[in-house]
Amino acid sequence: MAAKTLTIDGKQITAEEGETILQAATEAGIKIPTLCHLEGVYDIGACRLCLVEVTGTPKLLPACTLKVAEGMEVSTDTERLRKYRRMTLELLFAERNHVCAVCVANGHCELQTLAYSQGLDHVRYEYTFPKWSVDNTHRLFGMDHNRCILCTRCVRSCWHIEGAGTKNVSGRGGKSRIITDLNQPWGDSESCTECGKCVMSCPTGALFKKGSTVGESVRDRDKLEFIVNAREKKQWNA
Amino acid sequence: MSSNSTPVETPPAKNGTQAGHASGDKRFKILEVHMKKHQFRHDALIEVLHKAQELFGYLEDDLLLFISHKLKLPPSRVYGVATFYHFFTLKPQGQHTCVVCMGTACYVKGADQVVEAVQNELKIKAGETTADNKVSLLTARCIGACGIAPAVVYDGTVTPRQTPASTLEKINQWVKS
Repeated sequence: MAAKTLTIDGKQITAEEGETILQAATEAGIKIPTLCHLEGVYDIGACRLCLVEVTGTPKLLPACTLKVAEGMEVSTDTERLRKYRRMTLELLFAERNHVCAVCVANGHCELQTLAYSQGLDHVRYEYTFPKWSVDNTHRLFGMDHNRCILCTRCVRSCWHIEGAGTKNVSGRGGKSRIITDLNQPWGDSESCTECGKCVMSCPTGALFKKGSTVGESVRDRDKLEFIVNAREKKQWNA
Repeated sequence: MSSNSTPVETPPAKNGTQAGHASGDKRFKILEVHMKKHQFRHDALIEVLHKAQELFGYLEDDLLLFISHKLKLPPSRVYGVATFYHFFTLKPQGQHTCVVCMGTACYVKGADQVVEAVQNELKIKAGETTADNKVSLLTARCIGACGIAPAVVYDGTVTPRQTPASTLEKINQWVKS
Protein backbone atom coordinates (compact mmCIF):
# COMPACT_ATOMS: atom_id res chain seq x y z
CA MET A 1 0.00 0.00 0.00
CA ALA A 2 1.30 3.39 -0.97
CA ALA A 3 1.46 6.01 1.74
CA LYS A 4 -0.14 9.41 1.23
CA THR A 5 0.89 12.57 3.02
CA LEU A 6 -1.67 15.23 3.73
CA THR A 7 -2.48 17.93 6.25
CA ILE A 8 -5.49 17.88 8.54
CA ASP A 9 -6.03 21.07 10.56
CA GLY A 10 -2.48 22.12 9.75
CA LYS A 11 -1.03 18.86 11.05
CA GLN A 12 1.18 16.88 8.65
CA ILE A 13 0.07 13.25 8.64
CA THR A 14 0.70 10.08 6.70
CA ALA A 15 -2.08 7.69 5.82
CA GLU A 16 -2.37 4.53 3.78
CA GLU A 17 -3.94 4.67 0.37
CA GLY A 18 -7.62 3.79 0.51
CA GLU A 19 -8.09 5.13 4.02
CA THR A 20 -10.80 7.69 4.64
CA ILE A 21 -10.20 11.16 6.04
CA LEU A 22 -12.10 10.07 9.15
CA GLN A 23 -9.77 7.11 9.71
CA ALA A 24 -6.67 9.21 9.09
CA ALA A 25 -7.89 11.96 11.44
CA THR A 26 -8.77 9.47 14.18
CA GLU A 27 -5.30 7.92 13.96
CA ALA A 28 -3.78 11.39 14.25
CA GLY A 29 -5.91 12.14 17.30
CA ILE A 30 -8.16 14.65 15.55
CA LYS A 31 -11.79 14.22 16.46
CA ILE A 32 -14.45 14.74 13.80
CA PRO A 33 -18.10 14.59 14.93
CA THR A 34 -20.00 11.65 13.45
CA LEU A 35 -23.47 10.21 13.79
CA CYS A 36 -24.27 7.67 11.08
CA HIS A 37 -20.72 6.25 11.16
CA LEU A 38 -20.39 2.98 13.06
CA GLU A 39 -17.23 0.89 13.42
CA GLY A 40 -17.71 -2.45 11.71
CA VAL A 41 -20.17 -1.50 8.99
CA TYR A 42 -19.60 0.38 5.74
CA ASP A 43 -20.10 4.14 5.65
CA ILE A 44 -22.81 5.89 3.69
CA GLY A 45 -22.10 9.59 4.40
CA ALA A 46 -25.76 10.23 5.24
CA CYS A 47 -25.83 12.38 8.38
CA ARG A 48 -23.49 15.10 7.06
CA LEU A 49 -22.06 15.80 10.51
CA CYS A 50 -18.53 14.77 9.55
CA LEU A 51 -18.40 17.28 6.69
CA VAL A 52 -14.93 18.75 6.20
CA GLU A 53 -13.46 21.48 4.02
CA VAL A 54 -10.87 20.55 1.43
CA THR A 55 -8.74 23.36 -0.02
CA GLY A 56 -9.53 23.77 -3.72
CA THR A 57 -13.02 22.25 -3.48
CA PRO A 58 -15.96 24.60 -2.93
CA LYS A 59 -18.18 21.73 -1.72
CA LEU A 60 -18.12 20.36 1.81
CA LEU A 61 -17.32 16.65 1.80
CA PRO A 62 -18.14 13.88 4.31
CA ALA A 63 -14.95 12.66 6.02
CA CYS A 64 -16.30 9.13 6.47
CA THR A 65 -16.46 8.39 2.75
CA LEU A 66 -13.75 10.75 1.46
CA LYS A 67 -10.54 8.91 0.60
CA VAL A 68 -7.14 10.40 1.42
CA ALA A 69 -5.09 11.84 -1.45
CA GLU A 70 -1.55 13.11 -1.78
CA GLY A 71 -1.10 16.74 -0.72
CA MET A 72 -4.71 17.15 0.43
CA GLU A 73 -5.37 20.05 2.81
CA VAL A 74 -8.31 19.35 5.09
CA SER A 75 -9.94 21.53 7.75
CA THR A 76 -12.29 19.87 10.21
CA ASP A 77 -13.27 22.71 12.50
CA THR A 78 -13.94 26.04 10.81
CA GLU A 79 -16.64 28.62 11.45
CA ARG A 80 -18.44 27.53 8.27
CA LEU A 81 -18.43 23.86 9.32
CA ARG A 82 -19.63 24.65 12.83
CA LYS A 83 -22.50 26.60 11.33
CA TYR A 84 -23.58 23.71 9.12
CA ARG A 85 -23.17 21.11 11.86
CA ARG A 86 -25.45 23.09 14.13
CA MET A 87 -27.96 23.48 11.32
CA THR A 88 -27.90 19.73 10.60
CA LEU A 89 -28.46 18.93 14.26
CA GLU A 90 -31.29 21.45 14.56
CA LEU A 91 -33.01 19.93 11.53
CA LEU A 92 -32.67 16.46 13.04
CA PHE A 93 -34.29 17.67 16.24
CA ALA A 94 -37.09 19.43 14.37
CA GLU A 95 -37.87 16.47 12.13
CA ARG A 96 -39.16 14.01 14.74
CA ASN A 97 -40.08 14.04 18.41
CA HIS A 98 -36.81 14.12 20.34
CA VAL A 99 -37.89 14.76 23.89
CA CYS A 100 -34.82 13.95 25.97
CA ALA A 101 -36.53 14.22 29.36
CA VAL A 102 -38.77 11.23 28.66
CA CYS A 103 -36.41 9.24 26.42
CA VAL A 104 -34.91 5.85 27.25
CA ALA A 105 -31.54 7.04 25.94
CA ASN A 106 -31.39 10.22 28.03
CA GLY A 107 -27.79 10.66 29.17
CA HIS A 108 -26.23 8.26 26.69
CA CYS A 109 -27.67 9.42 23.41
CA GLU A 110 -25.26 10.34 20.65
CA LEU A 111 -27.61 12.95 19.24
CA GLN A 112 -27.90 14.58 22.65
CA THR A 113 -24.15 14.42 23.29
CA LEU A 114 -23.42 15.96 19.89
CA ALA A 115 -25.95 18.72 20.46
CA TYR A 116 -24.27 19.56 23.78
CA SER A 117 -20.80 19.51 22.23
CA GLN A 118 -21.88 21.85 19.42
CA GLY A 119 -23.42 24.24 21.92
CA LEU A 120 -26.94 23.70 20.68
CA ASP A 121 -29.30 25.42 23.14
CA HIS A 122 -32.29 26.06 20.90
CA VAL A 123 -33.71 25.09 17.53
CA ARG A 124 -34.46 27.82 15.01
CA TYR A 125 -36.75 25.68 12.89
CA GLU A 126 -40.36 24.90 13.55
CA TYR A 127 -40.81 21.47 15.11
CA THR A 128 -42.88 19.24 12.86
CA PHE A 129 -44.29 17.07 15.68
CA PRO A 130 -45.04 14.13 13.37
CA LYS A 131 -47.20 11.30 14.65
CA TRP A 132 -45.04 8.21 14.51
CA SER A 133 -45.84 4.92 16.13
CA VAL A 134 -44.00 2.70 18.60
CA ASP A 135 -43.56 -0.98 17.67
CA ASN A 136 -43.64 -2.96 20.89
CA THR A 137 -44.54 -6.29 19.34
CA HIS A 138 -41.10 -7.88 19.69
CA ARG A 139 -40.49 -10.16 22.65
CA LEU A 140 -37.22 -8.48 23.68
CA PHE A 141 -36.92 -5.15 21.91
CA GLY A 142 -38.96 -2.11 20.96
CA MET A 143 -38.74 0.54 18.28
CA ASP A 144 -39.90 4.11 18.72
CA HIS A 145 -40.02 5.79 15.31
CA ASN A 146 -40.40 9.16 17.00
CA ARG A 147 -36.75 9.01 18.07
CA CYS A 148 -35.37 7.64 14.81
CA ILE A 149 -32.93 9.82 12.86
CA LEU A 150 -32.75 7.39 9.90
CA CYS A 151 -28.98 6.91 10.19
CA THR A 152 -29.59 3.30 9.06
CA ARG A 153 -26.99 1.93 11.49
CA CYS A 154 -29.50 -0.77 12.49
CA VAL A 155 -30.15 -1.62 8.84
CA ARG A 156 -26.43 -1.90 8.12
CA SER A 157 -25.58 -3.92 11.22
CA CYS A 158 -28.49 -6.29 10.56
CA TRP A 159 -27.41 -6.71 6.94
CA HIS A 160 -23.64 -6.77 7.24
CA ILE A 161 -22.75 -8.04 10.68
CA GLU A 162 -25.64 -10.37 11.41
CA GLY A 163 -26.48 -11.03 7.76
CA ALA A 164 -30.21 -11.39 8.33
CA GLY A 165 -31.43 -8.34 6.40
CA THR A 166 -34.47 -8.01 8.64
CA LYS A 167 -34.43 -4.22 8.67
CA ASN A 168 -34.55 -1.79 5.79
CA VAL A 169 -35.91 1.65 4.92
CA SER A 170 -39.29 2.14 3.29
CA GLY A 171 -40.46 5.24 1.46
CA ARG A 172 -38.31 8.29 0.89
CA GLY A 173 -37.64 11.76 2.26
CA GLY A 174 -39.48 12.79 5.40
CA LYS A 175 -41.76 9.78 5.10
CA SER A 176 -38.88 7.29 5.30
CA ARG A 177 -39.30 4.69 7.99
CA ILE A 178 -37.31 1.74 9.27
CA ILE A 179 -39.25 -1.43 8.51
CA THR A 180 -38.99 -5.09 9.50
CA ASP A 181 -39.41 -7.68 6.76
CA LEU A 182 -42.45 -6.79 4.65
CA ASN A 183 -43.40 -3.76 6.74
CA GLN A 184 -44.85 -6.04 9.39
CA PRO A 185 -44.78 -5.82 13.18
CA TRP A 186 -41.29 -6.66 14.47
CA GLY A 187 -42.73 -9.44 16.63
CA ASP A 188 -44.06 -11.22 13.51
CA SER A 189 -40.72 -11.11 11.72
CA GLU A 190 -39.50 -14.50 10.53
CA SER A 191 -35.99 -13.38 9.64
CA CYS A 192 -35.13 -11.59 12.92
CA THR A 193 -32.62 -13.64 14.90
CA GLU A 194 -33.19 -11.58 18.07
CA CYS A 195 -29.43 -10.92 18.20
CA GLY A 196 -29.93 -7.32 19.33
CA LYS A 197 -27.21 -5.81 17.11
CA CYS A 198 -29.62 -3.17 15.86
CA VAL A 199 -30.28 -2.10 19.44
CA MET A 200 -26.54 -1.99 20.18
CA SER A 201 -25.94 0.21 17.15
CA CYS A 202 -28.74 2.74 17.60
CA PRO A 203 -27.37 6.20 18.45
CA THR A 204 -30.62 7.47 19.97
CA GLY A 205 -33.52 5.99 21.91
CA ALA A 206 -35.29 4.68 18.80
CA LEU A 207 -34.31 1.08 19.48
CA PHE A 208 -34.36 -0.18 23.03
CA LYS A 209 -34.26 -3.29 25.16
CA LYS A 210 -37.54 -3.94 26.88
CA GLY A 211 -37.70 -3.84 30.64
CA SER A 212 -34.46 -1.97 31.19
CA THR A 213 -34.29 1.33 32.98
CA VAL A 214 -32.78 4.46 31.45
CA GLY A 215 -29.61 3.93 33.47
CA GLU A 216 -29.25 0.38 32.19
CA SER A 217 -29.80 1.08 28.53
CA VAL A 218 -26.21 2.03 27.75
CA ARG A 219 -25.27 0.76 24.30
CA ASP A 220 -22.85 -2.11 24.28
CA ARG A 221 -20.77 -0.98 21.31
CA ASP A 222 -17.72 -3.03 22.38
CA LYS A 223 -19.67 -6.19 21.74
CA LEU A 224 -20.36 -5.08 18.18
CA GLU A 225 -16.69 -4.41 17.58
CA PHE A 226 -15.81 -7.77 19.14
CA ILE A 227 -18.13 -9.68 16.84
CA VAL A 228 -16.91 -7.79 13.75
CA ASN A 229 -13.28 -8.57 14.61
CA ALA A 230 -14.18 -12.18 15.25
CA ARG A 231 -16.11 -12.67 12.03
CA GLU A 232 -13.95 -10.64 9.65
CA LYS A 233 -10.43 -10.75 11.10
CA LYS A 234 -10.74 -14.00 13.02
CA GLN A 235 -9.51 -12.27 16.16
CA TRP A 236 -11.23 -13.01 19.42
CA ASN A 237 -9.92 -10.36 21.78
CA ALA A 238 -12.82 -9.07 23.77
CA MET B 1 -29.03 1.51 0.58
CA SER B 2 -26.04 0.73 -1.53
CA SER B 3 -25.99 -2.53 -3.41
CA ASN B 4 -22.45 -3.58 -2.58
CA SER B 5 -23.85 -6.00 -0.08
CA THR B 6 -23.17 -9.59 0.71
CA PRO B 7 -25.77 -11.88 -0.79
CA VAL B 8 -28.14 -12.98 1.88
CA GLU B 9 -29.97 -16.28 1.63
CA THR B 10 -33.59 -16.19 2.58
CA PRO B 11 -35.16 -19.37 3.88
CA PRO B 12 -36.77 -21.52 1.16
CA ALA B 13 -40.37 -20.75 0.39
CA LYS B 14 -42.74 -22.50 2.71
CA ASN B 15 -45.87 -22.36 0.60
CA GLY B 16 -44.57 -24.66 -2.13
CA THR B 17 -43.48 -22.02 -4.61
CA GLN B 18 -41.27 -24.43 -6.51
CA ALA B 19 -42.66 -23.61 -9.94
CA GLY B 20 -44.95 -20.64 -10.32
CA HIS B 21 -47.17 -19.84 -7.37
CA ALA B 22 -49.38 -21.95 -5.12
CA SER B 23 -52.43 -20.08 -6.36
CA GLY B 24 -51.89 -21.45 -9.88
CA ASP B 25 -52.18 -17.92 -11.29
CA LYS B 26 -50.39 -17.98 -14.68
CA ARG B 27 -49.03 -14.49 -14.19
CA PHE B 28 -46.62 -15.77 -11.54
CA LYS B 29 -45.28 -18.20 -14.14
CA ILE B 30 -44.74 -15.35 -16.61
CA LEU B 31 -43.01 -13.30 -13.92
CA GLU B 32 -40.75 -16.21 -13.06
CA VAL B 33 -39.71 -16.62 -16.70
CA HIS B 34 -38.85 -12.93 -16.65
CA MET B 35 -36.74 -13.39 -13.51
CA LYS B 36 -34.98 -16.33 -15.13
CA LYS B 37 -34.11 -14.11 -18.10
CA HIS B 38 -32.24 -11.97 -15.55
CA GLN B 39 -30.69 -15.14 -14.01
CA PHE B 40 -32.47 -14.30 -10.71
CA ARG B 41 -29.82 -11.66 -10.12
CA HIS B 42 -30.20 -9.38 -7.12
CA ASP B 43 -29.62 -6.26 -9.19
CA ALA B 44 -32.52 -7.15 -11.49
CA LEU B 45 -34.96 -6.30 -8.70
CA ILE B 46 -36.21 -3.06 -10.24
CA GLU B 47 -36.78 -4.66 -13.65
CA VAL B 48 -38.64 -7.52 -11.99
CA LEU B 49 -40.83 -5.11 -10.00
CA HIS B 50 -41.64 -3.28 -13.25
CA LYS B 51 -42.74 -6.52 -14.88
CA ALA B 52 -44.74 -7.52 -11.79
CA GLN B 53 -46.63 -4.24 -11.79
CA GLU B 54 -47.26 -4.53 -15.52
CA LEU B 55 -48.74 -7.99 -14.99
CA PHE B 56 -50.71 -7.41 -11.80
CA GLY B 57 -51.41 -3.67 -11.88
CA TYR B 58 -50.06 -3.21 -8.37
CA LEU B 59 -47.67 -4.88 -5.95
CA GLU B 60 -49.41 -6.66 -3.13
CA ASP B 61 -47.59 -8.26 -0.21
CA ASP B 62 -47.94 -11.81 -1.55
CA LEU B 63 -46.37 -10.73 -4.85
CA LEU B 64 -43.48 -8.95 -3.11
CA LEU B 65 -42.84 -12.06 -1.01
CA PHE B 66 -42.84 -14.22 -4.14
CA ILE B 67 -40.24 -11.93 -5.72
CA SER B 68 -38.11 -11.90 -2.57
CA HIS B 69 -38.13 -15.71 -2.39
CA LYS B 70 -37.27 -16.15 -6.03
CA LEU B 71 -34.49 -13.56 -6.08
CA LYS B 72 -33.30 -14.74 -2.68
CA LEU B 73 -33.43 -11.22 -1.27
CA PRO B 74 -34.67 -10.18 2.20
CA PRO B 75 -38.33 -9.07 2.07
CA SER B 76 -37.33 -5.80 3.71
CA ARG B 77 -35.09 -4.92 0.75
CA VAL B 78 -37.83 -5.68 -1.80
CA TYR B 79 -40.38 -3.65 0.18
CA GLY B 80 -37.89 -0.80 0.61
CA VAL B 81 -37.21 -0.54 -3.12
CA ALA B 82 -40.90 -0.87 -4.02
CA THR B 83 -41.83 2.02 -1.70
CA PHE B 84 -38.87 4.22 -2.66
CA TYR B 85 -39.96 4.73 -6.27
CA HIS B 86 -43.16 6.64 -6.95
CA PHE B 87 -43.79 4.52 -10.03
CA PHE B 88 -44.55 1.44 -7.97
CA THR B 89 -47.89 1.21 -6.26
CA LEU B 90 -48.82 -1.16 -3.45
CA LYS B 91 -52.53 -0.47 -3.68
CA PRO B 92 -54.89 -1.56 -6.47
CA GLN B 93 -55.61 1.13 -9.05
CA GLY B 94 -59.02 2.15 -10.38
CA GLN B 95 -60.28 1.26 -13.86
CA HIS B 96 -58.88 4.55 -15.13
CA THR B 97 -55.76 6.39 -14.05
CA CYS B 98 -55.03 10.07 -14.35
CA VAL B 99 -51.39 10.97 -13.78
CA VAL B 100 -50.70 14.68 -13.48
CA CYS B 101 -47.09 15.66 -14.05
CA MET B 102 -45.87 17.88 -11.22
CA GLY B 103 -42.38 18.40 -12.62
CA THR B 104 -41.02 21.96 -12.56
CA ALA B 105 -42.20 22.96 -16.05
CA CYS B 106 -45.69 21.52 -15.61
CA TYR B 107 -45.97 22.97 -12.12
CA VAL B 108 -45.09 26.45 -13.36
CA LYS B 109 -47.73 26.06 -16.08
CA GLY B 110 -50.44 25.29 -13.52
CA ALA B 111 -50.36 21.54 -12.86
CA ASP B 112 -51.15 22.22 -9.21
CA GLN B 113 -54.48 23.76 -10.21
CA VAL B 114 -55.26 20.71 -12.32
CA VAL B 115 -54.59 18.42 -9.35
CA GLU B 116 -56.67 20.59 -7.05
CA ALA B 117 -59.60 20.62 -9.48
CA VAL B 118 -59.59 16.83 -9.77
CA GLN B 119 -59.22 16.40 -6.01
CA ASN B 120 -62.25 18.63 -5.37
CA GLU B 121 -64.29 16.95 -8.10
CA LEU B 122 -63.62 13.36 -7.01
CA LYS B 123 -63.24 14.08 -3.28
CA ILE B 124 -59.98 12.14 -3.14
CA LYS B 125 -56.36 13.11 -2.60
CA ALA B 126 -53.53 12.54 -5.04
CA GLY B 127 -52.44 8.90 -4.80
CA GLU B 128 -55.94 7.69 -3.97
CA THR B 129 -58.71 5.90 -5.85
CA THR B 130 -62.41 6.76 -5.81
CA ALA B 131 -64.68 4.60 -3.66
CA ASP B 132 -66.41 3.10 -6.74
CA ASN B 133 -62.95 2.07 -7.97
CA LYS B 134 -63.37 4.00 -11.21
CA VAL B 135 -60.62 6.62 -11.16
CA SER B 136 -57.18 6.86 -9.57
CA LEU B 137 -55.46 10.23 -9.31
CA LEU B 138 -51.68 10.12 -9.30
CA THR B 139 -48.92 12.65 -9.57
CA ALA B 140 -45.47 12.21 -11.09
CA ARG B 141 -42.23 14.15 -10.87
CA CYS B 142 -41.48 15.04 -14.49
CA ILE B 143 -42.51 12.59 -17.17
CA GLY B 144 -40.04 14.16 -19.59
CA ALA B 145 -42.61 16.02 -21.65
CA CYS B 146 -41.79 19.57 -20.54
CA GLY B 147 -42.39 20.98 -24.04
CA ILE B 148 -46.13 20.29 -23.79
CA ALA B 149 -46.55 21.41 -20.15
CA PRO B 150 -48.74 20.93 -18.26
CA ALA B 151 -49.00 17.29 -19.30
CA VAL B 152 -51.51 14.76 -17.98
CA VAL B 153 -51.41 11.04 -18.70
CA TYR B 154 -54.89 9.55 -19.14
CA ASP B 155 -54.73 5.74 -19.06
CA GLY B 156 -51.22 5.78 -20.49
CA THR B 157 -51.87 8.44 -23.13
CA VAL B 158 -49.80 11.59 -22.67
CA THR B 159 -51.99 14.62 -23.36
CA PRO B 160 -50.53 18.12 -23.85
CA ARG B 161 -51.41 21.51 -22.37
CA GLN B 162 -54.15 20.55 -19.93
CA THR B 163 -56.31 22.96 -17.94
CA PRO B 164 -58.53 22.23 -14.93
CA ALA B 165 -61.54 22.42 -17.31
CA SER B 166 -60.18 20.02 -19.92
CA THR B 167 -59.09 17.57 -17.22
CA LEU B 168 -62.49 17.61 -15.50
CA GLU B 169 -64.19 17.00 -18.85
CA LYS B 170 -62.14 13.86 -19.37
CA ILE B 171 -62.60 12.69 -15.77
CA ASN B 172 -66.36 13.17 -15.92
CA GLN B 173 -66.54 11.05 -19.08
CA TRP B 174 -64.96 8.24 -17.08
CA VAL B 175 -67.19 8.75 -14.07
CA LYS B 176 -70.34 8.63 -16.25
CA SER B 177 -69.26 5.60 -18.27
